[in-house]
Amino acid sequence: MNAVLPFTRRAVLHAVRDVETLIESVLLPVVLMLMFVYVFGGALAGRSEAYLDFVVPAVVLVCAGFGAATTAVSVARDMNEGMMDRFRTMDVPRWAPMLGHVLSSVLRNLVATAVVIAVAMLLGYRPGAGPLDWLGLLAAVTMWVLAITSVFAAIGVAARSVEAASGYGFALLFLPYASSAFVPIETMPTWLQGFARHQPMTPVVDTMRAFLGGESPGSSAGVMTVWCAAITLLGLAGAGWAFARRQPRI
Amino acid sequence: MADAIVVEGLEKSFGDQRVLDGIRFSVARGSIVALLGENGAGKTTTLRILTTVTPADAGRVAVAGHDVASAGREVRRRISATGQNVSVDATLTGAENLELMGELRGLSRRDARVRAQELLERSGLSDAGRKRVRTYSGGMRRRLDLALSMVAPADVVFLDEPTTGLDTRARSALWERVRELAEAGAAVLVTTQYLEEADALADRVLVLHRGRIVAEGTPAELKARMGGATVAVVDGDGAEVDSEGSDGTAAGLRDALARLEARGALGADSVIAVHAATLDDVFRRLTDDDGDEAPR
Repeated sequence: MNAVLPFTRRAVLHAVRDVETLIESVLLPVVLMLMFVYVFGGALAGRSEAYLDFVVPAVVLVCAGFGAATTAVSVARDMNEGMMDRFRTMDVPRWAPMLGHVLSSVLRNLVATAVVIAVAMLLGYRPGAGPLDWLGLLAAVTMWVLAITSVFAAIGVAARSVEAASGYGFALLFLPYASSAFVPIETMPTWLQGFARHQPMTPVVDTMRAFLGGESPGSSAGVMTVWCAAITLLGLAGAGWAFARRQPRI
Repeated sequence: MADAIVVEGLEKSFGDQRVLDGIRFSVARGSIVALLGENGAGKTTTLRILTTVTPADAGRVAVAGHDVASAGREVRRRISATGQNVSVDATLTGAENLELMGELRGLSRRDARVRAQELLERSGLSDAGRKRVRTYSGGMRRRLDLALSMVAPADVVFLDEPTTGLDTRARSALWERVRELAEAGAAVLVTTQYLEEADALADRVLVLHRGRIVAEGTPAELKARMGGATVAVVDGDGAEVDSEGSDGTAAGLRDALARLEARGALGADSVIAVHAATLDDVFRRLTDDDGDEAPR
């Protein structure tokens, strides 16, 4: 475990110094929120301010996706540009560099989430969350970021180039739009409603929306927890499998 | 001196291609051994197996007293390796790279910082230490790469073509550092394509050709094996265009000239030079697939 702290520090330095990562993790969700509120908000909710209440949890969800996607690129860079070769000749656990990227992603996403909520409040958003609700939101965001980052880490391990890692991950970023994140599921075509209702992002965003509104998330929190645990395990198993396949270790 | 590296019957294939064909050698503590060979000879594969990165197909390898196949972690604790390609983190500064490596090698953060400064100075990178590596030239990156492998003491040091991309001055400085490592007791295995490097640096040279070690000995022994002198045909610029080994006697020199003439290398106005055998001559003879030298 001694190796995790230096690797996390390294990944945080990457995130802070890489302008593209900063833009993708922090600026892009804010721009997305402004666009949804002021371009689509009137059409979707009658007026922009009304849509702000609905869309903030969705932007937090998407924000986690953008932030986690950069993990695939960071891991792929380590795998394909030589650093992993050096680490493999050292007494360093093979998962430690990747865990550093994952923990850095969690920190980066929590900061990005705070920025999104702060900007939303400047626009007039007034969350009804109490102290326990904020803690619940923190737990929900952390669980979701861990889950989706694990998947992107696996993509980063498997990708044969940095560009490929970026491309594979992009597909996942469309999933929030087919959930309860941006519009009520009831407004979707019937054939899409089943998918939207049962895909993992719906309980995640419902839970976040409930916490931000100061309400009980009900069964969504439990469903979200199961989904996040399953996705995290799947992502880590996938990363381990891809790692063993690409770099068998003695 | 005890052997820090023992390799016996090492074999490795990639698909149908046999890369290592039962090689066998050892490296004593406190000595420098050069693994000399052309591209594709199997040098890097050998190093990757010895550093636990790639599993072998057959054979036994012990590094620092531990079997690489069954005690990889023990081996990794005792080695330091620099690969053929520069492995530095371009987003971090030179100092941060060294500090990271120091912490991963078990130094405290404070000790890692002190060690980083020492290595930056010794590598001629003091002024660039606080700059991001992405601003470094190729030679600076290579020097940092080598410094990273020297952050903490190691029983065995592996260097895969370490002077590629370095200028003459930096190359000499690196050789000096490598000699210091050996004097401190480390066993050093260095791969190289540069005969000059093997001659200047190594206590012993292993010539690897098509996955087999075709010669082994000190540079002087290998040169002696070629005979006392080389008869060379040189062009107008003094560059050698063909050569033959000889035992240095008058009869031997005549024979060498006859062999050159027989294959049409001599013209009426050809310029002939005679010089003591170099490692270059040894290498060319040993790795010439039409040559007479049999694999060891």
